[in-house]
Amino acid sequence: MLDFFLGHYAYWFVVILMCVGLYGILFKKNLVKKTIGLAIFQVSVVLYFVSIASKWDATVPVRDSNIPVEQVANYLNPLPHTLMLTAIVVGVATLGVAFTLLMAIYNRYGTLDEQELLEEIQ
Amino acid sequence: MIESHLPALIALTFVLFAILIPAFGLWKPSTSQPLAVVGSGIASVLSLYGFLSYLQTGSIRYFFGGWEPPVGIEFVYDGLSGFFILVINTVAFFVLIHSRHVARTEYPGKEMPYFALAMLALLGFNGMILTGDLFNLYVFLEISSLASYGLIAIGSRPAPFAAFRYLIIGTAGGTLYLLGVGFLYTVTGTLNIIDMAAMLPSFATDTSVVAALVFMVVGIGVKAALFPLHGWLPDSYTFASSSSTALIAPIGTKVAAYILFRIVFYLFGVELTDAVAPITTVIGVLAAIGILYGSIMAIAQTEMKRMLAYSSVSQIGYIIMGLSLANPLGFAGALLHVLNHAVMKACLFLVAGNLRMKEGHSDISKFDDSYRKKYPWTMASFSVAAISMVGLPPLAGFFSKWYLALGTIDNENWLFLTVILVSSLLNAVYFFRILEKVYMMNPKKDQKEATDAKKDEVSASMLIPTSVLAIALFVIGFANAAIVAVLFDIFPM
Repeated sequence: MLDFFLGHYAYWFVVILMCVGLYGILFKKNLVKKTIGLAIFQVSVVLYFVSIASKWDATVPVRDSNIPVEQVANYLNPLPHTLMLTAIVVGVATLGVAFTLLMAIYNRYGTLDEQELLEEIQ
Repeated sequence: MIESHLPALIALTFVLFAILIPAFGLWKPSTSQPLAVVGSGIASVLSLYGFLSYLQTGSIRYFFGGWEPPVGIEFVYDGLSGFFILVINTVAFFVLIHSRHVARTEYPGKEMPYFALAMLALLGFNGMILTGDLFNLYVFLEISSLASYGLIAIGSRPAPFAAFRYLIIGTAGGTLYLLGVGFLYTVTGTLNIIDMAAMLPSFATDTSVVAALVFMVVGIGVKAALFPLHGWLPDSYTFASSSSTALIAPIGTKVAAYILFRIVFYLFGVELTDAVAPITTVIGVLAAIGILYGSIMAIAQTEMKRMLAYSSVSQIGYIIMGLSLANPLGFAGALLHVLNHAVMKACLFLVAGNLRMKEGHSDISKFDDSYRKKYPWTMASFSVAAISMVGLPPLAGFFSKWYLALGTIDNENWLFLTVILVSSLLNAVYFFRILEKVYMMNPKKDQKEATDAKKDEVSASMLIPTSVLAIALFVIGFANAAIVAVLFDIFPM
């Protein structure tokens, strides 16, 4: 049982991070805090991809003359990391758009509290 | 020669015009809208040509850089993607023609960024449909989503707040989809859809495959506005500018529905989906609830755009229900409804745009007899689209509901059949009350005003797209047998 928890510690970390992010998205009233929650949620998935590609005692995915190419276990899989570069860029772009919208909201209403905004729109 | 490069060419058209529009727009902002029309026009012609050549020679797999999957990435142009591409690009072409005057009045001085964003959104939609790679699908999903947030934020005063809520929900959905892709990648070690589909049956009982399926369906369900996940839709569609709504409403949710089709029918396959988790049953029931909920909420609205937005929740339910039936009749009905609903909803939102242009509002309670005299062609187009939405023959809407109903009978699913019939009656309630106000009722106090009303129709660039879409509903209605014959051929089993 303990092995199950300790053996998957990276995944537990991801799950906790994801819950923190979801909590921020769902329950925080301030829109900036909601955006922070969203960022944490996205990062948790990025960390999940990074953790599945990590290996003990493996080298960078560049061909080493000492290790034959057939021994794939001795090379890291570069693909998940490369994918996550794109996902991080997507996350940055999303945050940029979110902050732009927040600025537009603040200029129009002078508040970033969700409750006040909803009352104002009704 | 050109056939083998078509998938990439369609996407490249939008990339090219997304660059050309800012380049020319800095020099002369008035060139933006014509360029956007030309761009989507070229894409529509290419998609039509591609679909015709698909019918003769079969599907095309385009390998980027000549690298074959699973090492390289590919675009797949098969029946399903070809059909969706043709529908969305043609509808977008008409909506972009219409947006010329809307752009001048609703967001003057912002034409260049607006139309560049529209091209990026279309690039994302086309890319999502064409790509054969699950991670690329995520990237295109985010491209189209980010552009859509921008398009929705241009509009009335609360528009940025509506766009922000859509951003939060939409990004959370996209991230859940990415997590599902991650699970599938750890199990199969590939991201290519065709490649993965061949491997998945041997992992069917793996819990991570079940989790992946659930995450992906929930994530895409947000984008498709599947019933409990539709919260972002009414506000976004109501507060965005008329041309943004007309662009995103008929296209955005359809593309998400396409991904559900791709995942359920092509990636997992129906038998495996049902063996893994009762997904088709669950989304079928949710779609049924969504159909009734959307119709009832639409009856309660007094603002035309908001009413049409709730009606969209209901109509997307038909498409998902057809998918959940998982038989050829339901499949053909759902795809026909994708085509019909794209044309009907685009036409109805263009009518709402026309009324906003002339009257400054689209409040149903202020509609009266004078509208018939002032806007004869706009209201005629509205009537055609509304009657098609209710589902009276020979208009297009009848036939998709007919095939969906046949599909439910085929599965002996009497509950869904009842839902389809009841919701058609509910549709009649909320559309016929407008027709009654415009064509039947003659309130006494406005009698003089109504008889004095002069013809005050919108300009040709707005009227022609609206009318063409309305006429297209007759054409699709009469040609339904031919279209459905093609759709049956696409069915993957």
